[in-house]
Amino acid sequence: MRSVPQLRTPQSRGGIVSLTEKPAPPDLLPRIHFRDSQIEMAHGAGGKASRRLVEGLFAPLLFGTFPQPLSDAARVTVGDVQVAITTDSFVVSPLIFPGGSIGELAINGTVNDLAVSGAKPEAVVVTFVLEAGLPTGFLEAEVRAMARAAERAGVRVVGGDTKVVEHGKADRMYVTTSGIGSPLHGVNIDPHSVRIGDRVILSGPIGDHGITILLARGDLDIETDLRSDTRSVFPLIEAMAREAAPGIRWMRDPTRGGVATSLNELTRDCGLAIHLDEDEIPIRDSVRGACELLGLDPLHIANEGQFLAVVSPELSTRALNALQQVPGGHEARIIGEMREHPPAAVLIKTRYGGSRIVDMLVGDPLPRIC
Amino acid sequence: MKFVDEFRDAKMINKTAEEIRRLADSGRHYRIMEVCGGHTHAIYRFGLKDILPENIELIHGPGCPVCVLPMGRIDDGLSLANDPMVIFAAFGDMMRVPGRQGSPLEHKARGMDVRVVYSPSDALKLARANPDRHVMFFAIGFETTSPSTALTLIRAKAEGIRNFSVFCNHVTIIPAIRAILDSPDMRLDAFIGPGHVSTVIGCRPYEWIARDQRKPIVISGFEPLDILQSIVMILRQLRAGEAKVELQYKRVVPWEGNRAALQALADVFQLRPYFEWRGLGFISQSALRIRDAYAEWDSEQRFGIPGVRVIDPKAAQCGEVLKGVLKPAQCKLFGTECTPEHPVGALMVSSEGSCAAYHNYEHRKAAAGLSV
Amino acid sequence: MCLAIPGKIVEILGASGSLATVEVSGVRRKVDLGLLQDDMPQPGDWVLIHVGFAMSKISEQDALDQMNTLRMLGETEQAMQEVRGYGLEEN
Repeated sequence: MRSVPQLRTPQSRGGIVSLTEKPAPPDLLPRIHFRDSQIEMAHGAGGKASRRLVEGLFAPLLFGTFPQPLSDAARVTVGDVQVAITTDSFVVSPLIFPGGSIGELAINGTVNDLAVSGAKPEAVVVTFVLEAGLPTGFLEAEVRAMARAAERAGVRVVGGDTKVVEHGKADRMYVTTSGIGSPLHGVNIDPHSVRIGDRVILSGPIGDHGITILLARGDLDIETDLRSDTRSVFPLIEAMAREAAPGIRWMRDPTRGGVATSLNELTRDCGLAIHLDEDEIPIRDSVRGACELLGLDPLHIANEGQFLAVVSPELSTRALNALQQVPGGHEARIIGEMREHPPAAVLIKTRYGGSRIVDMLVGDPLPRIC
Repeated sequence: MKFVDEFRDAKMINKTAEEIRRLADSGRHYRIMEVCGGHTHAIYRFGLKDILPENIELIHGPGCPVCVLPMGRIDDGLSLANDPMVIFAAFGDMMRVPGRQGSPLEHKARGMDVRVVYSPSDALKLARANPDRHVMFFAIGFETTSPSTALTLIRAKAEGIRNFSVFCNHVTIIPAIRAILDSPDMRLDAFIGPGHVSTVIGCRPYEWIARDQRKPIVISGFEPLDILQSIVMILRQLRAGEAKVELQYKRVVPWEGNRAALQALADVFQLRPYFEWRGLGFISQSALRIRDAYAEWDSEQRFGIPGVRVIDPKAAQCGEVLKGVLKPAQCKLFGTECTPEHPVGALMVSSEGSCAAYHNYEHRKAAAGLSV
Repeated sequence: MCLAIPGKIVEILGASGSLATVEVSGVRRKVDLGLLQDDMPQPGDWVLIHVGFAMSKISEQDALDQMNTLRMLGETEQAMQEVRGYGLEEN
């Protein structure tokens, strides 16, 4: 009899969990190693605090006692078919902002999690938690937006659930989407397969979404023409996979916590370093201006329509060219490279030879005046 | 970005770095203090230590208004806001600074109405928009920031906006520099002076440093070329055996300062007889309080505060790091008990505090032998 | 205390003229000109912005002078070496 729960985070030990085996009962109670006494906003921000919660509490209790690399989507075998599965929830405020709304984020977010795990998004289910008093017109507009986003992304919405809570118990509307996808042929995402010399590719300009949301809240009284970059990145990934599948080691969509968080997660999983070239990182003027004004680092700002990929040096040029041919991929760049030192860290370098470590934030980025 | 990108030009930076290497006497070890936390942040952000020769050591000074704020003042501010009527407004820099029962953000998670503002005038706007609430603005900053608070109070009074008050923790830079130079462990060759504070106070207030202490001080801008050029100017003075106040940041700083800003300060504030600086102890005439003419807009006079004094744990060596006597990594708590996630001292909370800057941007580089 | 950014005055607002719209790289924000009342900036001028207040006017001329000075770094020394080569110095 096995002494630990059988259900592990997929992506370990060959990566597949079989749903036909029954888990053996544990005779060792897993221990959590999460020391915070209460949940804070930082725990949902996608940075270090979030990671502590997931690794320290959820993983030992739900995924088994051995630490595993956490990924965007899990692989599960059903019968003899492998399926990618993921879930994501959306509590963004404001619900509507330039370039999109919560409904679109909900569809594209799950579609993108599947895409960066190397799978073609097939179907999505949606859960609504609605606040009593929410105007129907509002809900209708969001659902229409979701339908449009699903159609654009080529994914079917096949079901869902609805709950209504009392006025004041939800910020008008919370949405959760869960999706399944079929693995792309020849694509194997594994942070342990990353090697020194592999190139880091970024699909397009950073910071559009996070800055748009921050400014749309209205507290900072700043105006721009910026819009959220929310979109499905699957067409880009599909094109890249067609040309360079064997060379793709790892992918991620840099949502909350930004490029810095995603790349730091990779370095922690593989133990290598990433050296980024500051000049190569695409960024719009107005994102840069807003970040300078508010003292924010664009690398920490959320994106909803971009992805990062680590590709072997032999295939990185082909991968990049493939991306740049796709509509919406023309701003893709190679932004850096995997190196040996400093271990498990991300370094960014300027053209004149200066460098600094780029770390994960503790919580959400905050404007500063000092 | 105009007036920014030109001063980040790689070719010019390399050229200026070359001049620094030419001017620095290889037989000499230079200790130059940058007073202002904004310079500390810029030095790390632009990786300037990587292009300076090894014999130029940059020491981080105490010009970080979040770092020098005693924990008791945070507790006082939060206690004032512990009322459903009150909106607690502060700059983003303050949001994660721990009080004894947590930081403002943690209080927000527990139900306190806490708002991040970019400007004191945004806090006043909140008051106008919420006539049935009281907005308390937690003001911090050196002379760069205090005139803006002053103008905001002048406007609040002129408009008769009664549901607004300021909890004033503004401090002044000269006493901090004096405390550094009075410290017996200190050995410094020169100062990189605070460029933005100087837009208000001008360059005259630093003359005693050159005249009495015989140390060069160059008032510097914040872009890489500004800081490097200031180091060139310092090295030239040292080579020539000179000690004077020089202005590098000419495009922005008026030598005589900003009269209108100084007037606003004088109208609204007066110096406290003394004020506690975290890590440095009590310093006389070093902080501002709101004048009686504006008593109704002074949170302290209007509401009475507990006056909490919190003693920092002995093991935390914030004072020595603030004075530049110790490097962040030399503090026993650095990186173990005291990290950006669980800060013990304020130098680890503010992004321009030397410990946070060093931890976030640098120390893993040093460990991997990638920097001096 | 030190985060201040250059921005261009785009429009002066209101009757009192103490508020302006300032633009930084396509980003706009209202900025209080109250600290510059001794020498009010006009649309097109560049100012240094800190916490929503204009602290100082930025002098384009001084910026150009600074770049020129930096460009001449090393050249002054070269010129001096050449002069020394002529043996025209007194000692």
